[in-house]
This record gives sequence, structure tokens and C-alpha cells, in this order.
Amino acid sequence: MILFDHVTKLYPTQQRPALDDVSLEIEKGEFVFLVGPSGSGKSTFLRLVLREERPTKGQVWVLGKDLNRLSNWKIPMLRRQIGTVFQDFRLLPNKTVAENVAFALEVIGKPSSHIKKVVPEVLEVVGLEGKESRRPDELSGGEQQRVAIARAFVNRPMMLIADEPTGNLDPGTSVGIMKLLDRINRLGTTVVMSTHDAQIVDQMRRRVIELEGGHVVRDQTRGVYGYAQ
Amino acid sequence: MRATFVASEVGNGLRRNLTMTLAVIITVAVSLALFGASLLVRAQVSAMKDFWYDKVEVSIFLCSKGSDTPSCAGGAVTAAQRDQIKADLESLRPLVDEIYYESKAEAYQRFTEQFKNSPIVDNVTEKSLPESFRVKLADPTKYDVVASAFAGRPGIEQVNDQRQVLDKFFQLLGGLQAIALLIAGVMLVVTVLLIVNTMRVAAFSRRRETSIMRLVGASNFYIQLPFLLEAAFAAAIGAVLAIGALVLMKVVIIDGVLAPSFQFTAFVGWEAVAAIAPVMLITGIALAGLAAFFTLRKYLRV
Ligand SMILES: Nc1ncnc2c1ncn2[C@@H]1O[C@H](COP(=O)(O)OP(=O)(O)OP(=O)(O)O)[C@@H](O)[C@H]1O
Ligand SMILES: [Mg+2]
Repeated sequence: MILFDHVTKLYPTQQRPALDDVSLEIEKGEFVFLVGPSGSGKSTFLRLVLREERPTKGQVWVLGKDLNRLSNWKIPMLRRQIGTVFQDFRLLPNKTVAENVAFALEVIGKPSSHIKKVVPEVLEVVGLEGKESRRPDELSGGEQQRVAIARAFVNRPMMLIADEPTGNLDPGTSVGIMKLLDRINRLGTTVVMSTHDAQIVDQMRRRVIELEGGHVVRDQTRGVYGYAQ
Repeated sequence: MRATFVASEVGNGLRRNLTMTLAVIITVAVSLALFGASLLVRAQVSAMKDFWYDKVEVSIFLCSKGSDTPSCAGGAVTAAQRDQIKADLESLRPLVDEIYYESKAEAYQRFTEQFKNSPIVDNVTEKSLPESFRVKLADPTKYDVVASAFAGRPGIEQVNDQRQVLDKFFQLLGGLQAIALLIAGVMLVVTVLLIVNTMRVAAFSRRRETSIMRLVGASNFYIQLPFLLEAAFAAAIGAVLAIGALVLMKVVIIDGVLAPSFQFTAFVGWEAVAAIAPVMLITGIALAGLAAFFTLRKYLRV
């Protein structure tokens, strides 16, 4: 699924690399937490997977493709197989819940008959049935994040990338979102999420990769958040 | 490709950016109208050239008694000289198309005919007008060949080309056309800058949509298409307005004012307008499309 081979990422304006010689592999169907202090390189890692950034050194393989050798016009095809969720939801405020989800399919040219069929289905999966025609500002934070997850999942991607998906939510709401991500993972989608939420990591007992200053300092199959060094 | 979706995106974009869209339409219309006008002047010049060059002749005036050019030092032209000139002109065929000899009497007749309402006729006698050969050239631009062969020869007072007079007039029109073209060029540059800026603002104001499009894997083409169509659509409307202005120029200025008052010359017909209109439309759309394309390449990167 994801293979990092001695990957270093140095932003042009920065002295110190955001990721420094990182090598790791994530298998199909895994659920992986990416933890570490602020500035440790979690978002950089995820951006490299999405090919929003290119590594300074080393190779990134995603879904069997060497991203260094992937030509620009093939990037959209890669991203269609990866769902993405962010802390700030990134919904379109002037579109309804259903329209926000449908947008993701419209812009990749899916026929409207297909869209009419799958949008209600995915809204049911994320637990938003009955709220199709609300706008984002008529929803709670947790509900908005569910819309974002529905949008990321509606195309049934191989992989879901979530950058602090519960970062803006209270603990109770976060649990609901985590249950949803767990369910999506059990449906066969690989999930990689970064988080600062110790409670969630401790409860889920999944693989934990800890970054610090751009290095992998821990990679544990059934880890917890605050593992003492 | 979902045509209805793209169409609604284009419609939204145009409405959201209405003032900018209007500005683009107006500058495109003005610059293309000027561009079309300059092309129309060029067509007019070429219509007049066709009309006049067909009629102009080279006149070889022969010496009369008392002509004071050096080549007339031997007094009035002799019969032998006249025959020699005629023979030499014949040898220049096929460049020389028609040769016509005009005697003093014929010259006087033509003169009185031309100026019958003018008192000048009273001061002119048959003797004071020179006899001449009127020569029509197959290719009027080859005037130099005739001039160099005959100017300054004994018995010839002067070689005159009517084309030279006309050329001054055409130069004037050419100058007008150049100025119109220059202004049109400047306006087109302004238009391009405006479109670049409009696209930048549009890309910025819709960065939320476009960033989501990128994340969910929309192709570059799909992301840029609504912007390109918006620019092309605004340019097309501007071009249509400009073509309307061109038609108005033809109807009001050429057919309405110029043609009735200057009946001695030819004016451009509708086929010229029909040839220029598509050039304007294509120039407008291509310019807007290219300006938008290169701006978007910079602002909507994957
Ligand atoms: N676009 C950028 N240009 C320059 N430097 C950047 C850029 N993005 C991140 N960085 C730097 O790279 C380092 C790693 O940043 P990154 O965003 O990956 O951290 P993070 O682990 O996601 O932090 P947080 O938990 O606060 O989100 C930081 O030092 C940051 O300042
Ligand atoms: Mg981050």
C-alpha cells in the first residue's frame, strides 16, 4: 500500500528536514496512527503519500506506484483511489450535504445516475440520513466531519488519509468519528490518520508510528499514545 | 464529461464575477472593433487599388515648341523621334498593355471636357498642351521600367505616373490603418492583462472548490475547463459586439456617407466584412483562451 524508502523531505525555506531518512511500510487493510509532537512531520508524511509534495531524497511507493516516476497527468488517477479527511472539514458552504458529496463524483465525471444511487448509500454509512439537504453551517462539527468522510469514502477508495480528523471535535464526538473510521477500515479500506488524541489511540490499540523531529522513533503493532522512550 | 455540471459551473462563475466579466466583454469588444476596423481600412485600400490601378496610365509627354527641359533642347519633337518612341514602347510588350497616342488637338478636347465649368479653359490654347503617349501597364507596379527607359530622352519632356499621386493617397490611408492597428494592438494587450487578472481573481475566489477538486482527483482539464470556458464565453460575446460595430461601420459610414459622396471610386463590399468577422471572433476567443490557459497553469497547479 505505502512504502517509504529512505525518504527525506526538506522544505526549501527550512534548515532542518521535516522528514529525515524515513523507511516504513504500511500493508493493505491496516489501521495506522501517526503520532508525535507538533512539527514532527506527520502532515508532511501524509502530503508525500498524496503527492502534494515530492521527497527531496528517497522513494515513496503508493498503491504499487513509484511517485517519483508518476507523471503529473496521472496524479488525479492516484488521488481517486485515496480518500482524504482534514481537521478543518473542507466542505463547500453553499452546497448541501448531498451536493458536497456529489461534487466529488461530478468533478471526476461520474454519470448522474451513478451519483443519485451512491450518495444516499454513503450518507447512510456515515449516519447522516435525513440531513441530506442541510448546509454545513446547519450541522455540528461532528456531523460536518461525517460529511467530509462520506465525500472521501463515496468513491470506495483503497485508502483513507486523515490528518487530525478529530482535532476540532470534543471527546464524545471524536469517539463517534473513530467508530466510523474503524467501520470503514473493516470494510477493507486502509486507514492512516495523524492525531494528538492520546485517549483515542489508547482505546483503539492499533499500529502506532511515532515521529519526532522527522525521525520514526517508534513503530508498534498494538500501540498506545504516550509510550515512554 | 458532465456537460450540465460544467455548464452550471460556468454560469455560476460568470455571475459571481459579473463586474470583471463585463470589463472583459467591453475591452474585448473595443479592441476587436478597432482591429476589425483596421482590417476593413486595409480591405478598402486594396479595393481602391484594384479599382484605380486598372485605370491609371503612364503618360509620356512629348516636347512642344518652347519646352524648357534639357531633353527638349532640340525644340518640338520630330516625327522620327515620335515613331522611335512608339516602336520602343511596342517592344516593351507584354508589360505594356495598351498604347494610345494623344495629339495636341485631342488633349485640348479632353481638357475642355474635363474643366468645362472652369474659367481656366479660357487661358489654355491647343498649342500650349503637349502631345503624349498614354500607356497602360499590365502590372502597374512596374512603372520604373517605363520611366527609366524614356525619361530624359530627346523629344520627351516628362514621364508621368498617375500611380504616384494615388500612392500618396493610399499611403495616407495606410497610415490611418497602421494607427488603428497600433491602437488595436495596445487594446488587445490591455485585454490580455485584464483577462489574466480576472482569471487570477477567479482562481483565488474559487480556491476552496479547486483545492477540493484536486484532492478528490479531478483532472487538470476538468478543473481548468470552467475557467477557460468563462474566458472564451466572455470573449465570444465581446467579439459578437465588435462584429456588430463593424457591420454598423459598413452600413452607416461606408454605405451611408462615403459611397454616395464619392461615386468615382469603389468601396469594400459585404464579402470583406464576411471575411473579417470570423478573424475577429477567432482572434478574440484564442487570445482569451490562451491568456486564461497560461494564467491557470500558474495558479491551479496539481
Ligand atoms: N509548506 C511548508 N513550507 C516550509 N516548511 C514547512 C511546510 N510545511 C511544514 N513545514 C515545516 O516542516 C516541519 C514539519 O511540519 P508538519 O506540518 O509535517 O508537522 P506536523 O507533525 O503535522 O505538526 P502538527 O501536529 O502541528 O500538525 C515543521 O517544522 C514545519 O514548520
Ligand atoms: Mg499537521
